[in-house]
Amino acid sequence: MKYLCLVFYDEKKRNGLSDQESQALIDESLDFDEALRREGYLIAAGPLQPVETATTVRVRGGNVSVTDGPFAETNEQIAGFVLIETQDLNEAIRVASRIPPVRLGGVEVRPMQDRVHSKEGNSH
Amino acid sequence: MSDSAGREDVRNTLDAIYKNESRRVLATLIRLLGDFELAEEALHEAVMAAMEQWPRDGIPANPRAWLISAGRFKAIDQVRRRARNAGSLDEVERQFRQEPFDPAQWDEQHLEDDRLRLIFTCCHPALPSEARTALTLREVCGLTTEEIARAILTSAATVAKRIVRAKTKIREARIPYIVPRPDELPSRLDSVLQVIYLIFTEGYAASSGISLTRADLSAEAIRLGRLLLELLPEPEVPGLLALMLLQEARRSARVSAQGDLILLDHQDRSLWNRDQIEEGIKLVERALTSRRFGPYALQAAIAAVHAEAPTAKATDWKQICGLYDVLLRVDPSPVIELNRAIAIAMRDGPAAGLEIVERILSRGDLRNYYLAHASRADLHRRLGHRGEATVSYQRALTLVRQEPARHFLERRLKELRG
Repeated sequence: MKYLCLVFYDEKKRNGLSDQESQALIDESLDFDEALRREGYLIAAGPLQPVETATTVRVRGGNVSVTDGPFAETNEQIAGFVLIETQDLNEAIRVASRIPPVRLGGVEVRPMQDRVHSKEGNSH
Repeated sequence: MSDSAGREDVRNTLDAIYKNESRRVLATLIRLLGDFELAEEALHEAVMAAMEQWPRDGIPANPRAWLISAGRFKAIDQVRRRARNAGSLDEVERQFRQEPFDPAQWDEQHLEDDRLRLIFTCCHPALPSEARTALTLREVCGLTTEEIARAILTSAATVAKRIVRAKTKIREARIPYIVPRPDELPSRLDSVLQVIYLIFTEGYAASSGISLTRADLSAEAIRLGRLLLELLPEPEVPGLLALMLLQEARRSARVSAQGDLILLDHQDRSLWNRDQIEEGIKLVERALTSRRFGPYALQAAIAAVHAEAPTAKATDWKQICGLYDVLLRVDPSPVIELNRAIAIAMRDGPAAGLEIVERILSRGDLRNYYLAHASRADLHRRLGHRGEATVSYQRALTLVRQEPARHFLERRLKELRG
Protein backbone atom coordinates (compact mmCIF):
# COMPACT_ATOMS: atom_id res chain seq x y z
CA MET A 1 0.00 0.00 0.00
CA LYS A 2 1.22 3.49 -0.86
CA TYR A 3 1.58 6.07 1.90
CA LEU A 4 2.47 9.73 1.56
CA CYS A 5 4.62 11.02 4.38
CA LEU A 6 4.35 14.80 4.70
CA VAL A 7 7.11 16.25 6.83
CA PHE A 8 6.24 19.34 8.87
CA TYR A 9 8.46 21.56 10.97
CA ASP A 10 8.81 25.16 12.07
CA GLU A 11 11.19 26.67 9.52
CA LYS A 12 12.69 28.82 12.24
CA LYS A 13 14.04 25.65 13.82
CA ARG A 14 15.60 24.55 10.56
CA ASN A 15 17.10 27.98 10.01
CA GLY A 16 18.46 27.93 13.54
CA LEU A 17 20.86 25.10 12.67
CA SER A 18 24.53 25.95 12.14
CA ASP A 19 26.02 25.45 8.68
CA GLN A 20 27.64 22.27 9.91
CA GLU A 21 24.42 20.92 11.42
CA SER A 22 22.49 21.87 8.31
CA GLN A 23 24.85 20.03 5.97
CA ALA A 24 24.85 17.05 8.31
CA LEU A 25 21.06 16.92 8.07
CA ILE A 26 21.20 17.10 4.28
CA ASP A 27 23.76 14.29 4.15
CA GLU A 28 21.67 12.21 6.51
CA SER A 29 18.53 12.78 4.43
CA LEU A 30 20.26 11.80 1.20
CA ASP A 31 21.71 8.68 2.81
CA PHE A 32 18.26 7.88 4.12
CA ASP A 33 16.67 8.18 0.68
CA GLU A 34 19.32 5.82 -0.64
CA ALA A 35 18.63 3.32 2.13
CA LEU A 36 14.89 3.42 1.43
CA ARG A 37 15.57 2.84 -2.23
CA ARG A 38 17.66 -0.21 -1.43
CA GLU A 39 15.07 -1.51 1.01
CA GLY A 40 12.40 -1.24 -1.68
CA TYR A 41 10.21 1.30 0.12
CA LEU A 42 10.93 4.47 -1.82
CA ILE A 43 8.76 5.70 -4.65
CA ALA A 44 9.71 9.38 -4.50
CA ALA A 45 11.01 11.92 -1.99
CA GLY A 46 12.29 15.45 -1.71
CA PRO A 47 12.53 18.60 0.40
CA LEU A 48 10.57 21.74 -0.41
CA GLN A 49 12.05 25.21 -0.63
CA PRO A 50 11.04 27.54 2.22
CA VAL A 51 7.42 28.61 2.56
CA GLU A 52 8.22 32.14 1.39
CA THR A 53 8.69 30.68 -2.10
CA ALA A 54 5.15 29.26 -2.09
CA THR A 55 2.36 30.42 -4.36
CA THR A 56 -1.26 29.39 -3.99
CA VAL A 57 -3.60 29.03 -6.94
CA ARG A 58 -7.34 28.92 -6.59
CA VAL A 59 -10.01 28.45 -9.21
CA ARG A 60 -13.54 29.70 -8.61
CA GLY A 61 -16.13 29.63 -11.31
CA GLY A 62 -13.47 29.38 -13.94
CA ASN A 63 -11.51 32.32 -12.54
CA VAL A 64 -7.91 31.64 -11.59
CA SER A 65 -6.63 33.58 -8.62
CA VAL A 66 -2.98 33.54 -7.65
CA THR A 67 -1.76 34.63 -4.24
CA ASP A 68 1.59 34.69 -2.51
CA GLY A 69 2.12 32.25 0.31
CA PRO A 70 1.12 28.75 1.44
CA PHE A 71 -2.41 27.39 1.25
CA ALA A 72 -2.78 27.71 5.00
CA GLU A 73 -0.75 29.70 7.49
CA THR A 74 0.42 27.27 10.12
CA ASN A 75 2.88 27.22 13.00
CA GLU A 76 4.70 24.35 11.31
CA GLN A 77 5.03 24.22 7.53
CA ILE A 78 5.26 21.40 5.02
CA ALA A 79 8.97 20.89 4.56
CA GLY A 80 9.13 17.88 2.30
CA PHE A 81 7.62 14.54 1.39
CA VAL A 82 8.43 10.86 1.10
CA LEU A 83 6.14 8.59 -0.95
CA ILE A 84 6.57 4.97 0.10
CA GLU A 85 5.12 1.53 -0.54
CA THR A 86 4.78 -0.73 2.52
CA GLN A 87 2.88 -3.78 3.68
CA ASP A 88 0.78 -1.98 6.30
CA LEU A 89 0.53 1.09 8.52
CA ASN A 90 2.92 -0.23 11.15
CA GLU A 91 5.62 -0.56 8.52
CA ALA A 92 4.83 2.92 7.19
CA ILE A 93 5.11 4.33 10.71
CA ARG A 94 8.48 2.67 11.16
CA VAL A 95 9.77 4.16 7.91
CA ALA A 96 8.30 7.60 8.68
CA SER A 97 9.94 7.73 12.09
CA ARG A 98 13.33 7.28 10.40
CA ILE A 99 13.00 10.36 8.15
CA PRO A 100 15.80 12.61 9.46
CA PRO A 101 14.09 16.04 9.52
CA VAL A 102 11.11 14.61 11.39
CA ARG A 103 12.91 15.16 14.67
CA LEU A 104 12.51 18.91 14.07
CA GLY A 105 8.72 18.64 13.85
CA GLY A 106 6.52 15.77 12.75
CA VAL A 107 5.28 13.76 9.80
CA GLU A 108 1.75 12.99 8.64
CA VAL A 109 1.35 9.50 7.23
CA ARG A 110 -1.65 9.03 4.96
CA PRO A 111 -2.58 6.13 2.67
CA MET A 112 -3.09 6.87 -1.00
CA GLN A 113 -6.42 6.10 -2.61
CA ASP A 114 -7.01 3.70 -5.41
CA ARG A 115 -9.02 5.08 -8.28
CA VAL A 116 -10.70 3.36 -11.21
CA HIS A 117 -11.64 5.23 -14.33
CA SER A 118 -15.23 4.68 -15.43
CA LYS A 119 -13.86 3.49 -18.77
CA GLU A 120 -12.19 0.52 -17.08
CA GLY A 121 -15.54 -0.97 -15.98
CA ASN A 122 -15.53 -4.17 -13.87
CA SER A 123 -11.99 -5.28 -13.11
CA HIS A 124 -10.95 -8.88 -13.87
CA MET B 1 -34.16 -37.59 24.74
CA SER B 2 -37.08 -35.60 23.35
CA ASP B 3 -36.33 -32.96 20.78
CA SER B 4 -37.34 -29.99 22.96
CA ALA B 5 -35.25 -31.18 25.92
CA GLY B 6 -32.32 -31.71 23.57
CA ARG B 7 -32.79 -28.21 22.17
CA GLU B 8 -32.95 -26.80 25.69
CA ASP B 9 -29.68 -28.50 26.63
CA VAL B 10 -28.04 -27.26 23.48
CA ARG B 11 -29.28 -23.74 24.05
CA ASN B 12 -27.86 -23.73 27.59
CA THR B 13 -24.55 -25.10 26.41
CA LEU B 14 -24.47 -22.62 23.58
CA ASP B 15 -25.24 -19.78 25.99
CA ALA B 16 -22.40 -20.87 28.25
CA ILE B 17 -20.03 -21.27 25.33
CA TYR B 18 -21.09 -17.92 23.94
CA LYS B 19 -20.49 -16.21 27.24
CA ASN B 20 -17.05 -17.70 27.73
CA GLU B 21 -15.79 -18.18 24.23
CA SER B 22 -17.42 -15.75 21.84
CA ARG B 23 -14.69 -13.15 22.23
CA ARG B 24 -12.00 -15.72 21.54
CA VAL B 25 -13.85 -17.04 18.53
CA LEU B 26 -14.21 -13.47 17.28
CA ALA B 27 -10.51 -12.73 17.76
CA THR B 28 -9.57 -15.72 15.62
CA LEU B 29 -12.21 -15.02 12.98
CA ILE B 30 -10.91 -11.48 12.59
CA ARG B 31 -7.48 -12.89 11.79
CA LEU B 32 -8.81 -15.51 9.40
CA LEU B 33 -11.19 -13.19 7.59
CA GLY B 34 -9.13 -10.01 7.78
CA ASP B 35 -12.10 -7.82 8.64
CA PHE B 36 -13.97 -6.87 11.82
CA GLU B 37 -17.45 -6.62 10.32
CA LEU B 38 -17.10 -9.85 8.42
CA ALA B 39 -15.91 -11.62 11.54
CA GLU B 40 -18.86 -10.39 13.60
CA GLU B 41 -21.32 -11.53 10.97
CA ALA B 42 -19.51 -14.84 10.75
CA LEU B 43 -19.75 -15.34 14.51
CA HIS B 44 -23.45 -14.63 14.37
CA GLU B 45 -23.98 -17.06 11.49
CA ALA B 46 -21.94 -19.74 13.23
CA VAL B 47 -24.02 -19.49 16.39
CA MET B 48 -27.20 -19.73 14.32
CA ALA B 49 -25.84 -22.80 12.58
CA ALA B 50 -24.92 -24.37 15.91
CA MET B 51 -28.45 -23.80 17.20
CA GLU B 52 -29.70 -25.72 14.21
CA GLN B 53 -27.18 -28.55 13.93
CA TRP B 54 -26.07 -29.40 17.46
CA PRO B 55 -29.45 -30.68 18.66
CA ARG B 56 -29.38 -32.97 15.64
CA ASP B 57 -25.70 -34.00 15.59
CA GLY B 58 -24.76 -33.56 19.23
CA ILE B 59 -22.44 -31.02 20.77
CA PRO B 60 -19.04 -31.23 19.07
CA ALA B 61 -15.92 -32.31 20.97
CA ASN B 62 -14.30 -28.92 20.38
CA PRO B 63 -17.15 -26.39 20.21
CA ARG B 64 -14.87 -23.40 19.72
CA ALA B 65 -13.12 -24.97 16.75
CA TRP B 66 -16.50 -25.86 15.30
CA LEU B 67 -17.75 -22.28 15.59
CA ILE B 68 -14.61 -20.88 14.01
CA SER B 69 -14.74 -23.34 11.17
CA ALA B 70 -18.43 -22.78 10.52
CA GLY B 71 -18.10 -19.00 10.75
CA ARG B 72 -15.21 -19.01 8.34
CA PHE B 73 -17.00 -21.12 5.73
CA LYS B 74 -20.13 -19.05 5.85
CA ALA B 75 -18.19 -15.80 5.57
CA ILE B 76 -16.10 -16.99 2.66
CA ASP B 77 -19.25 -18.23 0.92
CA GLN B 78 -20.92 -14.88 1.41
CA VAL B 79 -17.91 -12.89 0.24
CA ARG B 80 -17.51 -15.12 -2.81
CA ARG B 81 -21.13 -14.53 -3.71
CA ARG B 82 -20.74 -10.77 -3.43
CA ALA B 83 -17.46 -10.82 -5.30
CA ARG B 84 -18.89 -12.91 -8.10
CA ASN B 85 -21.53 -10.25 -8.58
CA ALA B 86 -18.99 -7.42 -8.46
CA GLY B 87 -16.55 -9.31 -10.62
CA SER B 88 -13.64 -9.21 -8.20
CA LEU B 89 -13.40 -12.91 -7.38
CA ASP B 90 -9.64 -13.26 -7.88
CA GLU B 91 -8.77 -10.78 -5.16
CA VAL B 92 -11.06 -12.52 -2.70
CA GLU B 93 -9.55 -15.90 -3.44
CA ARG B 94 -6.11 -14.44 -2.93
CA GLN B 95 -7.07 -12.94 0.42
CA PHE B 96 -8.49 -16.14 1.86
CA ARG B 97 -5.77 -18.39 0.59
CA GLN B 98 -3.38 -16.52 2.85
CA GLU B 99 -5.10 -17.69 6.02
CA PRO B 100 -5.77 -21.42 5.98
CA PHE B 101 -7.48 -22.92 8.97
CA ASP B 102 -7.13 -26.53 9.97
CA PRO B 103 -8.82 -27.33 13.29
CA ALA B 104 -6.57 -30.35 13.65
CA GLN B 105 -3.54 -28.06 13.73
CA TRP B 106 -5.06 -25.75 16.26
CA ASP B 107 -3.40 -25.04 19.54
CA GLU B 108 -4.09 -22.92 22.58
CA GLN B 109 -1.09 -20.70 22.05
CA HIS B 110 -2.37 -19.71 18.67
CA LEU B 111 -5.69 -18.77 20.17
CA GLU B 112 -4.14 -16.67 22.90
CA ASP B 113 -2.14 -14.86 20.25
CA ASP B 114 -5.37 -13.97 18.53
CA ARG B 115 -6.74 -12.41 21.68
CA LEU B 116 -3.56 -10.37 22.03
CA ARG B 117 -3.82 -9.36 18.40
CA LEU B 118 -7.32 -8.13 19.05
CA ILE B 119 -6.39 -6.12 22.12
CA PHE B 120 -3.37 -4.49 20.49
CA THR B 121 -5.32 -3.66 17.36
CA CYS B 122 -8.22 -2.10 19.25
CA CYS B 123 -5.72 -0.03 21.26
CA HIS B 124 -3.56 1.02 18.30
CA PRO B 125 -2.21 4.56 18.83
CA ALA B 126 -3.24 5.47 15.27
CA LEU B 127 -6.87 5.29 16.41
CA PRO B 128 -8.43 8.21 18.27
CA SER B 129 -8.39 7.74 22.04
CA GLU B 130 -12.16 7.60 22.50
CA ALA B 131 -12.46 5.17 19.62
CA ARG B 132 -9.93 2.86 21.27
CA THR B 133 -12.01 2.78 24.42
CA ALA B 134 -15.27 2.11 22.56
CA LEU B 135 -13.74 -0.48 20.26
CA THR B 136 -12.07 -2.34 23.13
CA LEU B 137 -15.28 -2.44 25.14
CA ARG B 138 -17.14 -3.72 22.08
CA GLU B 139 -14.76 -6.23 20.55
CA VAL B 140 -12.73 -7.41 23.53
CA CYS B 141 -15.29 -7.14 26.31
CA GLY B 142 -18.34 -7.88 24.18
CA LEU B 143 -20.44 -4.98 25.46
CA THR B 144 -23.27 -3.81 23.21
CA THR B 145 -23.25 -0.29 21.82
CA GLU B 146 -26.07 0.62 24.21
CA GLU B 147 -24.22 -0.76 27.23
CA ILE B 148 -21.11 1.21 26.31
CA ALA B 149 -23.12 4.38 25.78
CA ARG B 150 -24.80 4.07 29.16
CA ALA B 151 -21.50 3.31 30.85
CA ILE B 152 -19.52 6.24 29.47
CA LEU B 153 -22.50 8.59 29.65
CA THR B 154 -22.88 9.42 25.99
CA SER B 155 -25.34 8.54 23.24
CA ALA B 156 -25.46 5.19 21.45
CA ALA B 157 -25.21 7.08 18.16
CA THR B 158 -21.92 8.67 19.27
CA VAL B 159 -20.50 5.32 20.33
CA ALA B 160 -21.62 3.68 17.10
CA LYS B 161 -20.00 6.45 15.08
CA ARG B 162 -16.72 6.12 16.96
CA ILE B 163 -16.66 2.38 16.40
CA VAL B 164 -17.46 2.66 12.71
CA ARG B 165 -14.77 5.30 12.21
CA ALA B 166 -12.24 3.14 14.01
CA LYS B 167 -13.04 0.09 11.89
CA THR B 168 -12.89 2.23 8.78
CA LYS B 169 -9.48 3.54 9.72
CA ILE B 170 -8.23 0.03 10.48
CA ARG B 171 -9.36 -1.06 7.05
CA GLU B 172 -8.48 1.98 4.96
CA ALA B 173 -5.13 2.84 6.53
CA ARG B 174 -4.35 -0.86 6.79
CA ILE B 175 -3.64 -1.21 10.48
CA PRO B 176 -2.39 -4.80 10.66
CA TYR B 177 -3.92 -7.39 12.93
CA ILE B 178 -0.78 -8.44 14.73
CA VAL B 179 0.97 -8.53 18.06
CA PRO B 180 3.63 -5.81 17.94
CA ARG B 181 7.26 -6.74 17.47
CA PRO B 182 9.35 -7.05 20.65
CA ASP B 183 11.11 -3.72 20.11
CA GLU B 184 7.77 -1.96 19.69
CA LEU B 185 6.03 -3.84 22.48
CA PRO B 186 6.80 -1.46 25.38
CA SER B 187 5.29 1.61 23.72
CA ARG B 188 2.36 -0.31 22.25
CA LEU B 189 1.69 -1.90 25.62
CA ASP B 190 1.59 1.60 27.09
CA SER B 191 -1.31 2.36 24.79
CA VAL B 192 -3.18 -0.76 25.89
CA LEU B 193 -2.62 -0.06 29.58
CA GLN B 194 -3.77 3.50 29.05
CA VAL B 195 -7.04 2.32 27.48
CA ILE B 196 -7.67 -0.20 30.24
CA TYR B 197 -6.99 2.37 32.96
CA LEU B 198 -9.20 4.91 31.20
CA ILE B 199 -12.02 2.39 31.18
CA PHE B 200 -11.39 1.75 34.86
CA THR B 201 -11.43 5.42 35.86
CA GLU B 202 -14.61 6.01 33.84
CA GLY B 203 -16.24 3.38 35.98
CA TYR B 204 -14.58 4.61 39.13
CA ALA B 205 -15.61 8.21 38.65
CA ALA B 206 -19.16 7.40 37.68
CA SER B 207 -19.75 5.56 40.93
CA SER B 208 -22.36 8.03 42.14
CA GLY B 209 -25.12 5.71 41.05
CA ILE B 210 -26.38 7.95 38.29
CA SER B 211 -27.25 5.01 36.11
CA LEU B 212 -28.07 1.83 37.95
CA THR B 213 -28.34 -0.32 34.86
CA ARG B 214 -24.97 0.54 33.30
CA ALA B 215 -22.32 -2.11 32.76
CA ASP B 216 -19.73 -2.13 35.51
CA LEU B 217 -16.81 -0.55 33.71
CA SER B 218 -14.39 -1.02 36.56
CA ALA B 219 -15.13 -4.75 36.61
CA GLU B 220 -14.59 -4.90 32.83
CA ALA B 221 -11.28 -3.10 33.19
CA ILE B 222 -10.13 -5.48 35.91
CA ARG B 223 -11.21 -8.42 33.76
CA LEU B 224 -9.16 -6.95 30.89
CA GLY B 225 -6.21 -6.53 33.23
CA ARG B 226 -6.44 -10.18 34.25
CA LEU B 227 -6.67 -11.27 30.62
CA LEU B 228 -3.61 -9.25 29.74
CA LEU B 229 -1.74 -10.68 32.72
CA GLU B 230 -2.50 -14.18 31.46
CA LEU B 231 -1.28 -13.38 27.98
CA LEU B 232 1.67 -11.07 28.55
CA PRO B 233 4.15 -11.29 31.43
CA GLU B 234 5.37 -7.66 31.27
CA PRO B 235 5.94 -5.98 34.67
CA GLU B 236 3.63 -2.99 34.18
CA VAL B 237 0.69 -5.35 33.66
CA PRO B 238 0.58 -6.67 37.24
CA GLY B 239 1.29 -3.07 38.27
CA LEU B 240 -1.84 -1.79 36.56
CA LEU B 241 -3.98 -4.68 37.75
CA ALA B 242 -2.77 -4.10 41.30
CA LEU B 243 -3.58 -0.39 41.08
CA MET B 244 -7.09 -1.11 39.84
CA LEU B 245 -7.76 -3.75 42.49
CA LEU B 246 -6.49 -1.56 45.31
CA GLN B 247 -8.61 1.37 44.18
CA GLU B 248 -11.65 -0.80 43.54
CA ALA B 249 -11.27 -2.26 47.04
CA ARG B 250 -12.29 1.13 48.45
CA ARG B 251 -15.41 1.55 46.32
CA SER B 252 -17.99 0.84 49.04
CA ALA B 253 -16.38 3.38 51.36
CA ARG B 254 -16.00 6.23 48.89
CA VAL B 255 -19.54 7.51 48.71
CA SER B 256 -21.99 8.05 51.55
CA ALA B 257 -25.60 6.95 51.41
CA GLN B 258 -26.50 10.52 50.44
CA GLY B 259 -24.11 10.41 47.50
CA ASP B 260 -21.44 12.54 49.17
CA LEU B 261 -17.78 11.98 48.49
CA ILE B 262 -15.80 10.59 51.43
CA LEU B 263 -12.08 11.20 51.27
CA LEU B 264 -9.52 8.54 52.01
CA ASP B 265 -8.74 9.77 55.50
CA HIS B 266 -12.40 9.60 56.53
CA GLN B 267 -13.39 6.33 54.92
CA ASP B 268 -14.70 3.44 57.00
CA ARG B 269 -11.89 0.97 56.40
CA SER B 270 -13.99 -1.95 57.54
CA LEU B 271 -15.85 -1.51 54.24
CA TRP B 272 -12.71 -2.03 52.19
CA ASN B 273 -12.57 -5.31 50.24
CA ARG B 274 -9.79 -7.30 51.90
CA ASP B 275 -9.59 -9.95 49.17
CA GLN B 276 -8.90 -7.36 46.52
CA ILE B 277 -6.37 -5.65 48.78
CA GLU B 278 -4.57 -8.92 49.41
CA GLU B 279 -4.45 -9.74 45.73
CA GLY B 280 -3.36 -6.19 44.91
CA ILE B 281 -0.49 -6.27 47.39
CA LYS B 282 0.76 -9.60 46.00
CA LEU B 283 0.72 -8.15 42.50
CA VAL B 284 2.59 -5.02 43.62
CA GLU B 285 5.31 -7.19 45.11
CA ARG B 286 5.47 -9.16 41.88
CA ALA B 287 5.73 -5.97 39.81
CA LEU B 288 8.39 -4.34 41.99
CA THR B 289 10.55 -7.44 42.12
CA SER B 290 11.00 -7.33 38.38
CA ARG B 291 13.09 -4.13 38.47
CA ARG B 292 11.57 -2.90 35.19
CA PHE B 293 8.51 -1.51 36.92
CA GLY B 294 6.98 1.77 35.86
CA PRO B 295 4.42 4.36 36.95
CA TYR B 296 1.50 1.95 37.38
CA ALA B 297 3.43 -0.31 39.71
CA LEU B 298 4.59 2.69 41.74
CA GLN B 299 1.10 4.14 42.01
CA ALA B 300 -0.08 0.71 43.06
CA ALA B 301 2.64 0.58 45.70
CA ILE B 302 1.40 3.88 47.10
CA ALA B 303 -2.16 2.54 47.12
CA ALA B 304 -0.85 -0.55 48.91
CA VAL B 305 0.70 1.54 51.68
CA HIS B 306 -2.69 3.18 52.23
CA ALA B 307 -4.43 -0.19 52.13
CA GLU B 308 -2.13 -1.61 54.79
CA ALA B 309 -2.78 1.21 57.26
CA PRO B 310 -5.43 0.10 59.79
CA THR B 311 -6.41 3.73 60.37
CA ALA B 312 -5.80 6.97 58.50
CA LYS B 313 -3.57 8.16 61.36
CA ALA B 314 -1.41 5.06 61.06
CA THR B 315 -0.60 5.77 57.39
CA ASP B 316 3.10 5.55 56.64
CA TRP B 317 3.45 8.93 54.90
CA LYS B 318 7.22 8.71 54.91
CA GLN B 319 7.09 5.62 52.72
CA ILE B 320 4.47 7.21 50.50
CA CYS B 321 6.61 10.31 50.00
CA GLY B 322 9.57 8.10 49.15
CA LEU B 323 7.51 6.29 46.54
CA TYR B 324 6.32 9.58 45.09
CA ASP B 325 9.94 10.72 44.78
CA VAL B 326 10.64 7.69 42.59
CA LEU B 327 7.36 8.06 40.71
CA LEU B 328 8.09 11.71 39.92
CA ARG B 329 11.48 10.75 38.47
CA VAL B 330 9.90 8.05 36.32
CA ASP B 331 6.91 10.17 35.29
CA PRO B 332 7.60 13.89 35.82
CA SER B 333 4.03 15.08 35.24
CA PRO B 334 2.43 18.03 37.07
CA VAL B 335 -0.40 15.82 38.38
CA ILE B 336 2.11 13.53 40.07
CA GLU B 337 3.92 16.58 41.39
CA LEU B 338 0.61 17.69 42.89
CA ASN B 339 -0.13 14.33 44.48
CA ARG B 340 3.37 14.26 45.91
CA ALA B 341 2.81 17.72 47.37
CA ILE B 342 -0.28 16.46 49.17
CA ALA B 343 1.72 13.58 50.62
CA ILE B 344 4.50 15.94 51.69
CA ALA B 345 1.90 18.07 53.44
CA MET B 346 0.86 14.99 55.41
CA ARG B 347 4.43 14.19 56.37
CA ASP B 348 5.86 17.70 56.92
CA GLY B 349 2.82 19.88 57.48
CA PRO B 350 0.57 21.93 55.19
CA ALA B 351 3.07 24.76 54.63
CA ALA B 352 5.58 22.41 53.01
CA GLY B 353 2.95 21.01 50.66
CA LEU B 354 1.51 24.44 49.87
CA GLU B 355 4.88 25.73 48.72
CA ILE B 356 4.97 23.05 46.03
CA VAL B 357 1.36 23.56 44.96
CA GLU B 358 1.87 27.31 44.62
CA ARG B 359 4.97 26.67 42.53
CA ILE B 360 3.02 24.39 40.15
CA LEU B 361 0.17 26.85 39.70
CA SER B 362 2.36 29.92 39.27
CA ARG B 363 4.24 28.06 36.53
CA GLY B 364 0.93 27.93 34.70
CA ASP B 365 0.45 24.18 35.08
CA LEU B 366 -2.85 22.56 36.15
CA ARG B 367 -4.67 25.89 35.90
CA ASN B 368 -7.83 24.08 34.74
CA TYR B 369 -7.48 21.04 36.98
CA TYR B 370 -10.03 21.35 39.76
CA LEU B 371 -8.03 19.16 42.15
CA ALA B 372 -5.10 21.56 42.01
CA HIS B 373 -7.27 24.38 43.31
CA ALA B 374 -9.08 22.10 45.75
CA SER B 375 -5.71 21.03 47.16
CA ARG B 376 -4.53 24.62 47.43
CA ALA B 377 -7.78 25.48 49.17
CA ASP B 378 -7.44 22.59 51.60
CA LEU B 379 -3.87 23.47 52.52
CA HIS B 380 -4.74 27.13 53.11
CA ARG B 381 -7.71 25.99 55.15
CA ARG B 382 -5.51 23.86 57.38
CA LEU B 383 -3.23 26.85 57.89
CA GLY B 384 -6.20 29.02 58.86
CA HIS B 385 -6.04 31.22 55.75
CA ARG B 386 -9.77 31.54 55.14
CA GLY B 387 -9.57 34.15 52.41
CA GLU B 388 -7.16 32.21 50.21
CA ALA B 389 -9.00 28.95 50.86
CA THR B 390 -12.29 30.52 49.78
CA VAL B 391 -10.80 31.84 46.56
CA SER B 392 -9.43 28.42 45.67
CA TYR B 393 -12.58 26.50 46.54
CA GLN B 394 -14.53 28.87 44.32
CA ARG B 395 -12.08 28.40 41.48
CA ALA B 396 -12.28 24.63 41.92
CA LEU B 397 -16.08 24.81 41.77
CA THR B 398 -15.95 26.45 38.35
CA LEU B 399 -13.93 23.49 37.07
CA VAL B 400 -15.38 20.42 38.80
CA ARG B 401 -17.63 18.15 36.75
CA GLN B 402 -18.78 15.29 38.96
CA GLU B 403 -21.66 15.78 41.38
CA PRO B 404 -20.17 14.13 44.50
CA ALA B 405 -17.01 16.21 44.15
CA ARG B 406 -19.06 19.36 43.61
CA HIS B 407 -21.09 18.74 46.79
CA PHE B 408 -17.90 18.14 48.69
CA LEU B 409 -16.40 21.45 47.62
CA GLU B 410 -19.64 23.31 48.35
CA ARG B 411 -19.69 21.81 51.84
CA ARG B 412 -16.13 22.91 52.51
CA LEU B 413 -16.95 26.42 51.32
CA LYS B 414 -19.97 26.54 53.59
CA GLU B 415 -17.87 25.38 56.56
CA LEU B 416 -15.42 28.19 55.91
CA ARG B 417 -18.12 30.83 55.90
CA GLY B 418 -20.03 29.36 58.84
